[in-house]
Amino acid sequence: MATVIVMTSGKGGVGKTTSSAAFATGLALRGHKTVVIDFDVGLRNLDLVMGCERRVVFDFVNVIQGDAKLNQALVRDRRVENLAILPTSQTRDKDALTRDGVARVIDELKQEFDYIVCDSPAGIERGALMALYWADEAIVVTNPEVSSVRDSDRILGLLQSRSRRAEEGGEPVKEHLLLTRYDTERVERGEMMKIADVLEILAVPLLGVIPESQSVLKASNVGQPVILDTASNAGQAYKDCVGRFLGEQIDLRFVNPERKGIFQRLLRRSA
Amino acid sequence: MSIFNFFFRRQEEEPDKSAGSAKERLQIVVAHDRAGRNRPDYLPRLQRDLIDVVSRYVPIDPQKVQVKFGSDGGISTLEVDVELPQEAAKARLQ
Repeated sequence: MATVIVMTSGKGGVGKTTSSAAFATGLALRGHKTVVIDFDVGLRNLDLVMGCERRVVFDFVNVIQGDAKLNQALVRDRRVENLAILPTSQTRDKDALTRDGVARVIDELKQEFDYIVCDSPAGIERGALMALYWADEAIVVTNPEVSSVRDSDRILGLLQSRSRRAEEGGEPVKEHLLLTRYDTERVERGEMMKIADVLEILAVPLLGVIPESQSVLKASNVGQPVILDTASNAGQAYKDCVGRFLGEQIDLRFVNPERKGIFQRLLRRSA
Repeated sequence: MSIFNFFFRRQEEEPDKSAGSAKERLQIVVAHDRAGRNRPDYLPRLQRDLIDVVSRYVPIDPQKVQVKFGSDGGISTLEVDVELPQEAAKARLQ
């Protein structure tokens, strides 16, 4: 049975699309047939982050409105087997997503894929509610920063009241916290909330911590999910998250500042 | 920069411990947000109607009408607190 995962956050710019791209790629690398859907109608970006923007012909809205078949709109990844992207529409209005329409597409995707990753838009409006409605599991992307944590708490409330599982009174959506842009040095200096602080406030099981990393911008510049940059901290941290999601016990990495030698310290300080 | 400063700069800098403020402020605001989240949409209208009805009998200060929604386990409660003005209370006693 296919699992629907929503990547959500409330606040914009915290790393939902980066995380959706990395996470979906990671699941596919592990051999699971995975599709990642862009729910941000009008602000299409997942295709750019995934590096397939020039191969988009039809989109999610075309499929919902019956103008294209699902297979015509799915973009199959050229680097990773088992991975497909369903891009969103760039121009049409936000009302294009209907609950029934989305349901039909998700049902059809469930026939082929093991995991359906829904990349939610920011906010708590229609698009975000559509993205979380069908979720079996939710990954709440949060930065260690006040507005992001507060908005994550708001989204958790919506998952518990506005998802299909909540409305039908079934088992609740399984929640995971993904802490991104974590800067160990600032945490050490007391300038940034530490992992335990955020967990104490949100009380959601931690899926992983992605360190603040220059590799994330580099990856989006070239349209390559950062998880494919296996030398980078961020890429390795996403790989660990995928492993944990699949039930493996993996210790957190990159959550303590690197120990610098006296030489590095002197160089850095005078720089 | 003198050689002295170069080696002692770190100690001079006052550490910024703003993360603690972030956590404290969040704990308060999140608790407040959560309390408001489960409140039914009709509460403000109910409060207005209650003020209208009570005002027909007693002149009250609309600011002194509190409608609180609470839930504890499986039971939800509605607590209505109306403070009567001094004069009205006295008038009733006479």
